[in-house]
Amino acid sequence: MFYREAGEFKTSYVDDSQTFPIKFDRMRYYAVLVIGFGIIPFVINDYWANAVFVPFLIYAIAAIGLNILTGYCGQVSLGTGGFMAVGAYACYKLMTAFPGMPILVDVLLAGAVTAGVGVLFGLPSLRIKGFYLAVATLAAQFFLVWLFNKVPWFYNYSASGQITAPERTMFGIAVTGANTPAWAKYLFCAVVLFLLAWLARNLTRGTVGRKWMAIRDMDIAAEIIGVNPLTTKLSAFAVSSFFIGVAGALFFAVYLGAAEVGEAFGIQKSFLILFMVIIGGLGSLFGSFAGAAFLVLLPVLLKNVLVEGMGWPTDLAAHVELMIVGALIIVFLILEPHGLAQLWRVAKEKLRLWPFPH
Amino acid sequence: MKKTFTMLAVAALTAAAAAPAMADLVVPNLSYRTGPFAAGGIPYADGFNDYFTLLNERDGGIGGEKVQVPECETAYNTEKGVECYEATKGTGALVYNPLSTGITYQLIPKVSADGIPLYTPGYGRTSAANGKVFEWVFNYPANYWDGASVAVKHLLEMNGGDLNGKKVALLYHNSAYGKEPIRTLQELAKKHGFTLAELPIDSPGQEQKSQWLQVRRDKPDYVLFWGWGVMNSVAIQEAANIRFPMENFIGIWWSGSENDVMPAGDGANGYKSLTMHGVGMDYPVYADLKKYVYDAGKASGAGDQEGSVIYSRGMYAAMVIAEAIRKAQEIHGTAAVNAKQVRDGFEQLEITEARMAELGLPNFGQPFAASCADHGGPGAAMIQQWDAAAKKWNLVTPFIAPDDEVLVPLVMEDSAAFAAENKITERCN
Repeated sequence: MFYREAGEFKTSYVDDSQTFPIKFDRMRYYAVLVIGFGIIPFVINDYWANAVFVPFLIYAIAAIGLNILTGYCGQVSLGTGGFMAVGAYACYKLMTAFPGMPILVDVLLAGAVTAGVGVLFGLPSLRIKGFYLAVATLAAQFFLVWLFNKVPWFYNYSASGQITAPERTMFGIAVTGANTPAWAKYLFCAVVLFLLAWLARNLTRGTVGRKWMAIRDMDIAAEIIGVNPLTTKLSAFAVSSFFIGVAGALFFAVYLGAAEVGEAFGIQKSFLILFMVIIGGLGSLFGSFAGAAFLVLLPVLLKNVLVEGMGWPTDLAAHVELMIVGALIIVFLILEPHGLAQLWRVAKEKLRLWPFPH
Repeated sequence: MKKTFTMLAVAALTAAAAAPAMADLVVPNLSYRTGPFAAGGIPYADGFNDYFTLLNERDGGIGGEKVQVPECETAYNTEKGVECYEATKGTGALVYNPLSTGITYQLIPKVSADGIPLYTPGYGRTSAANGKVFEWVFNYPANYWDGASVAVKHLLEMNGGDLNGKKVALLYHNSAYGKEPIRTLQELAKKHGFTLAELPIDSPGQEQKSQWLQVRRDKPDYVLFWGWGVMNSVAIQEAANIRFPMENFIGIWWSGSENDVMPAGDGANGYKSLTMHGVGMDYPVYADLKKYVYDAGKASGAGDQEGSVIYSRGMYAAMVIAEAIRKAQEIHGTAAVNAKQVRDGFEQLEITEARMAELGLPNFGQPFAASCADHGGPGAAMIQQWDAAAKKWNLVTPFIAPDDEVLVPLVMEDSAAFAAENKITERCN
């Protein structure tokens, strides 16, 4: 009824190629932006920021990054945790080496450094595919974690091998360090996420994204029609690693404040983000958000319901929580192998026909 | 479906963030009863809870105020630890004791900003012993560098005061926790002329074959061990497998509980570990615990950990916290103290032998007195040795004092670096 193209007259190509061609979608998008930037920062408190929103925003960036590589370009990667560690340590080294540099620049440069490292580890993808590439990126994961543990230069020779984010401000307000107000943390991550998601959206629907998808769907055919596998695959690795590096930098500097590579960026982080992408939906930006929300919110929600709401012992709740999350993941994958994004797509199709379904 | 899920989430999360009853004294217990470190986390949390239950049941709390000990599961994971901290700090939390060096590092800046004391007995950031820099953090009675130094002193004793040319291997959990003693041991190696080999074991430490192969190849005279959780029992089993002489294998106080040595059976006989307090159930406090807690069915957890080493340590930590709260009530003349007042209590706390005896723990721990500059305590520790036949830890040395000549400059150096990074000006001058 209200969710359809009919009745929307477009008179220019720009109008025609906009991200959200349906008015209802556009309104929803603006509504999310208004809520995200206009309302949440004013009502957020420390608990909501640190337990829910900031991790969600940061994981969403990482999930978009991995989705670009795995979902759009079809290159499986298990090195996400390692690349996040590169972002975190690059950010730390930049923050401590150039104390005067704005934190946003630190974060973006950390992303750039990670992009470089990602390209390096992406080189084998020109020769190997599928499971073999997954193993190669797994090697990257272990190598990077080992490297940051082994070489004291990366953690400025601190006694414990921990890196701690010093306080940095933006417009006079602390963004990293312990004195950061909850809304500043949230807003900083939200702005970065908004910019990167906008970038990802426009990359994936342009030439670059179409090349990635061509390689994903059939690399030989893509090569025959003139897609250069070298530049395409490496650009996917670079862009993906940039996103993941930014996520790692934010994860360390804004969210945790102090990190230890083995624990914060271990192999389980790689799996967590891969699960986000798979549950959310491969090759879908909405899926990255949905998957991140699902895996960040659900454990917190279950914990609160079971421990606070029902008064269960914490250990029992923690075990049951693992079982419920695991079971839900399996149920989701059986009922909807294409992830939450597909549910959303189906809902939109239904909405388009409503109230007169076939 | 999506809508209802969101609404449910919002409702549940709001309920969690609001809740607290502000009247009581709140001491959150950030525990871990799941994961690879649960073997240490469970007894500690039980001891911690049981002591406060005892105070509530026997004395009606501290100074007439009941103590609430809300528990929050961290699984030894720093992200969950931060979430637990944020979830509980709004409830009027008076002090945190996360039993994790990683979480401690996360919380040090946060508690300093929020003004809540952090008490990390025998773990955490060693240089927090310098109260001039770390206003909100307390780690008496002993810390890792003390532990490293005490272990080396014990080795000196075994060798008639000379370690020249000896080979010592440090086998450690590859994390902030395990890396803490390295700097001290390097200094001590220089001073006493032994060589130090560092062998990291990645968390959780179930796989240690290659490290023990290296031990077998290099044949170090002594192995010092910084392990935790499942890693402890694996290491002791591996040491038994390669027939490493157990009396030359010395663990930190976190690697010396019954849970760690039992799985290796007779092979663990003679294994040594540090301890900063007495062990066993021969203390009068257990009579009260039995009467008011165990027999009343109020014991925390499964109630099967009483009197174990780590249980005693959880109880010890709870005892010190309770004494600090009592001290704060005394200083400020009010029973309903807040976090800031409790910090004063910690800073002026003095635990004497007479007080320990009064609490039912005679000769249990070393007496100490904190001050504005000293948040670290005396740092002495004893050596205990496992008797596999009797299934019992025996104390083989009295309290050994650490080598402050080496430690003090290191603490000053590390805390000065922290102060410079965070632009902290020294207090107490």
